[in-house]
Order: sequence, then structure tokens, then C-alpha cells
Amino acid sequence: MNKSIHLTIDGKPVEAKHGQTIMQAADAAGIYIPRLCSHPDLRPIGSCRVCTVIVDGRPQAACVKPAMDGMVIENDTPELLQHRRNIIDMMFVEGNHFCMFCEKSGNCELQAMAYRFGITAPQYPFQFPEKAVDASHPDIMLDHNRCIMCARCVRASQELDGKNVFQAIGRGFHRKIGVDGEKALADTDMAVGDRSADVCPVGCIIKKRIGFRTAIGRRLYDRQPIGSDIEANATP
Amino acid sequence: MSVGTKKITIEPVTRVEGHGKVTILLDAQGQVSQARLHIVEFRGFERFIQGRPYWEVPVLVQRLCGICPVSHHLAAAKAMDGIVGVDRLTPTAEKIRRLMHYGQVFQSHALHFFHLVSPDLLFGFDADPALRNVIGVANRFPELAVQGVMMRKFGQEIIKATAGKKIHGTGAVPGGVNKNLSVAERDPFLKDIDQMLVWCRAALQIAKTYTLEHLAELADFGSFASNHVALVRPDGAMDLYHGNLRAIDSEGNKIFDQVDYQGYFNYIAEEVKPWSYMKFPFISKLGPETGWYRVGPLARVNACDFIDTPEAEAARQEFKALTHGKPNNITMAYHWARMIELLHAGEKIRELLNDPDLQGTDLVTRGERRGESVGLIEAPRGTLFHHYKVDKNDQVTMANLIVSTTHNNTPMNLAVTGVAKKYLSGAVITEGLLNRVEVAIRAYDPCLSCATHALGRMPLSVELKDCTGQIIDKKVAG
Repeated sequence: MNKSIHLTIDGKPVEAKHGQTIMQAADAAGIYIPRLCSHPDLRPIGSCRVCTVIVDGRPQAACVKPAMDGMVIENDTPELLQHRRNIIDMMFVEGNHFCMFCEKSGNCELQAMAYRFGITAPQYPFQFPEKAVDASHPDIMLDHNRCIMCARCVRASQELDGKNVFQAIGRGFHRKIGVDGEKALADTDMAVGDRSADVCPVGCIIKKRIGFRTAIGRRLYDRQPIGSDIEANATP
Repeated sequence: MSVGTKKITIEPVTRVEGHGKVTILLDAQGQVSQARLHIVEFRGFERFIQGRPYWEVPVLVQRLCGICPVSHHLAAAKAMDGIVGVDRLTPTAEKIRRLMHYGQVFQSHALHFFHLVSPDLLFGFDADPALRNVIGVANRFPELAVQGVMMRKFGQEIIKATAGKKIHGTGAVPGGVNKNLSVAERDPFLKDIDQMLVWCRAALQIAKTYTLEHLAELADFGSFASNHVALVRPDGAMDLYHGNLRAIDSEGNKIFDQVDYQGYFNYIAEEVKPWSYMKFPFISKLGPETGWYRVGPLARVNACDFIDTPEAEAARQEFKALTHGKPNNITMAYHWARMIELLHAGEKIRELLNDPDLQGTDLVTRGERRGESVGLIEAPRGTLFHHYKVDKNDQVTMANLIVSTTHNNTPMNLAVTGVAKKYLSGAVITEGLLNRVEVAIRAYDPCLSCATHALGRMPLSVELKDCTGQIIDKKVAG
């Protein structure tokens, strides 16, 4: 069982440990597989499908697929790039993402992903859905306009905070993040120090009154493109 | 339809920011009865920022405009200072914001003078439109054109260094700023500022000489006696960033003075007219008929007691000497006043760059939360009002914006009427009339996208209408 796993990603030999997912093995090898719902501290759920790779000819979500010996994995191919672009595009048009005045701008994983993929404008028509803003909590604001249904908050609340503040409710296009069902955030036991307040990849769950405190040029993705921290681990 | 009643429309108006249309109404005798500058765009920012969190507003609302977003950014930030209970910023925060603002005034005034106005002044109102434009200036006066570009760049770079971006930055946050100015960021500006001041002096000279040499014509060119409103410091000095409201009449008598702008609505009211999306503000106690006023460079130079930078103050005294200390009511004197302010902004930038407070690290303060606040600033085009109410959940429930161009609404209409009365002959829109209507509007440097919170560049159309509303001629400029 301790024998190492050997696989290739885009032709590059990668060594993985038992129990690692493809994404974990790739991260350790300095190969970035784009992702949005995945978070290192949370159980993976393979929801957003941005991390889709081709494993032995079949599409698989790298965040949940265990690494296995002999796998031949494709990650950086024109077809997969287009597939990921399409998913990111759909996320933009299915919400109301106004980066120009969003306080998450520069620190937003969705925006950073769009920059990484060279998306300057969506190819699909904007849906302009009607979404609510829940500002009832004294320290946290929930702006559903910017939610991408990654469910990180759902998992963080349950797995890290030991609470059950968020749940996914509804189906299909009408699916949304519920707060204790249909409550307001102020009616829950959520606190500003909860991990669920930290894991949102976009500007949906934000801490109040600190927006725009980081100057342009000093924000996370002003300094480096998303994924470059992982790529820095690459061996020559 | 009755016979002999006519209407002229000029659309679009060129070399102003936004989109406008002028209608000239003729009476039964074919004489000009009234001219109207229509603002035909609508955006509704005041409505759709409702529900947004207050700290987002300075970044959101500046999207009204790509020309002077810094003014909206700062006016909103000043209002939000009040919401977070801050009446006095840290020295670093106040000076960074001031630097940002003077950079904005500097680039905006330079853009307007060199790129939009100089063709009229250098070639004359009747010059061929093919020549009378910024390309014509670049060909005939290449040094001047380059100066305009370099001065605009200087101001824009200051905005970038303080706000993070040249357009639509994020530097001002409720209660302060999000960055200071490092020595490394400051030094390139210190290297260039003296050259900028040389060019400011030269531009001021052009505007002054032009006004004095054409005084007879300009005195009667869309000019009229008016009230003037501006912010002034408690000691009466011009202050483009902060102060109290002062209103004077055309003779210089004070209508009100040192009014805390938090209560502006007790002194200024707005009227709506069916033919424009732009409202018509007036001084409440005088009423809409006589209470309208001008804002912007002319009003500011007229209203202040002095300017606290030496070269601009000397220029102000020369300006005031022409009218023996009384307010100057010549519409085209806006250009001279604007260049006095350009020099003032340059002097202020030099003063600030040499101030070590810009390298301070105490950036944000907080006080006791309030539910309502007003922020005012002297934007390049005039006094800009932002008024907000914020609920206990931190969401905006009410916003009222009165922008510079809106204050100048009645004056612009009067200027156009005056020009039309003097230069319209017959029922045809001549090139000369079209040009002069544009020149009169342009003196106010209107930003019509701002004024209606509307989008787009401003081409102008002019329609000539008879008194039944029938269009009898139409011409489009641009």
C-alpha cells in the first residue's frame, strides 16, 4: 500500500501518494488545475466542473477523482480550456457580477479565473436574474447577485464551524444558497469569525465596512495570476 | 399650424461631454423667443444605488462619468465620512484626497482648454470646422497640443498614484484613504511640476489675452448678470476640496454665506421641466425665476475673497480688476477663470508634494455612525452635491445628486438664447450660428452625461421650430 503512484499529466510524470486526489497530486507537482468550488480545507464535491480533466480518455473532476497508478491525464489542452471558459462564462451571465464596483475585485477567484482565461466579455447573453441582498447581520452581508453556487459556505459552516447556517435549496436555475432555510442571516448563529465568512471565492459573503481597504495594485490577484502560487512549486 | 412660427434644433453639440440637443423656438414674427438645451439621456443612478452598502457607493457612483469620476468618488466619500461619524480625516488622508482632487482638476481643465476650447480661441468661431478642432491645433500649434497632452497625463498620473487607477479608482474609503504616497511614487511628480507650472502660466496668458482682446464681442456673447455659488473656506479663500457654501448676486452682494452644506436643502431647491431630464436648481429664498445661479470656475473666482496660492491670487486680482472688484458676468470669461484655477491646482500640487504628511501611515478614522450625510466638493465644472441616507443595515435608502452641469442649466439656456437672438437670421441654421451656440455651451464645460447621470459622448443637434412645434430646420454638428 505504501508503493507510490505514478501517473502523467500532459505527458509530465507525476508521483502521488495513496489517498490523494488528482488535484492534490497535481498541486504538489506544481501543475495548476483551475478550480472554483474546491477549497483545501473543505471536503471536495466536484460541483463546479472547472477542474475537469481527461483521465484515460474520459472527463473527470480532478478535485474528487483519486489518483491511481498509470493514469494518463490531460489538463492543459485547447478543448479543456474551452470547456472551462464556457463554464466561467455561464457563471458570469447567470449572476449579476459587476466587477467595476465589487469590493471583491482583485481578490475574486471568479474574476481572476476570467483574467487567466483571457475572457474580456461573456459569449452568452446576460440573464440579469433578480437576486436578493441580505444585509440584516450586523457584521456580514450576503449578496446573492454574486453567488456562483460553489457551496463552500455550506461545507465550511458544517465541517469547520460546527453550524448549519447555509444550505443549497431549489433546483436548476432556481437553485440558491438558503440561510437556515429561508431565514435572514441575522436570525442565525453565524459570527464574523466563522470560517464560512472567509471561504467565499466571490463577493457574495462579505464582511461589512472593510471593503476597498486594500489599494489597487496590492490586492491578491493584482500581484500574481490565480494559480501561480501552485505553479511556483513546479520542478524544472 | 400657424404661418411664420419656427423652430431650430442643433444636435449633436460637439466638443462637450455627453449628448445634447438645442431647440430654438421662434415667434410668429420669426424672432427668437426661447432657446432650450435639452438633456435627453437618463440613467437613474439615484435609484439603483438604493440597497447597496454605503462603503460601496464612492466606487459605484463614480461610474456616472469617465471624465471626472474622481469628483464623484470624493463627494461620495465625503458623504460617507459623515455616515461613519468622521468630521475630520487624518492629515495624511485629507492631503492624499486633496492631491487626488487637484490632479483631477488639473487634468480636466487642461483637457478642456487645450483639446476642446483652444480651436475656437486660436482659429476664431467662424473658422472652417475642418480646421477648428484639436487636429487643427496639433498641426498649426504643435507645441501647445503637446503641452495639453502632457499636462493631462501629469494630472492622470497623480490620480493613478492616489486612487490606484487613472479612471475609476478606489483610493477614498469612508473615513479616509486606502494608501499614502510613497517617496518613490512622489519623486517623478516633483521632477515635472515646475515644467507644468510654466505651461499653466502660458495657458493662463492665452486665455487672458484672448478675453481682453475680444472684450467688446465677448461682453455681449451669451453674457448676462447672474448669481454665483461656490464653496469657500471659513476665511473666504477659494477651496476646491472643502468649505462652506457662499452665494453672491451679480453685484457681489452675499445672498448667503458660510452655510454648512449638511443643510444645503434649506437654501437650494430644484425645479423639473417637461422637456429635459436635467433639473433646474435655484436659491430657495429667491425662487426659480431669479434664484438660478452659475457654478464652476467663473463662480468660484467671483465668489472667493482670495486664493491662497500666490500666482493664482495675482491672476485673480487682475481678473477682478477688469470689473473693478465686482463679479465678472461674461460667459466667455469662464475660460480665463478656468486657467486661473489650473495654475492654482498646479501650485497646490507642488505644495502637497513637498508635504511629508503624504507619506504618513494613519489612513482611516471612525466615529459614531449616522443615518444621513451630505458630501460637497468643487468639481472641475462646479459644485457637486451628494446626499445619502443609510439604514441600520448599512444599506443606502436615499440618494440625491446635484451635479455641476445641473446648476448651470438655466445659465446655459440663457447663453444659448442670447447667442441665438444675436446671430440667427432668417429661418436657416447657418454654420456661424451653429458654431456660436456650441461655443457658448462649451464655455460651461458641461458634462451632460453627469448631469442626467447619463451615458455617452455628447454630439449636439440644433432644431429650429416654429411656435406650433413644427421643425423647420435641423442641423447636426460633429
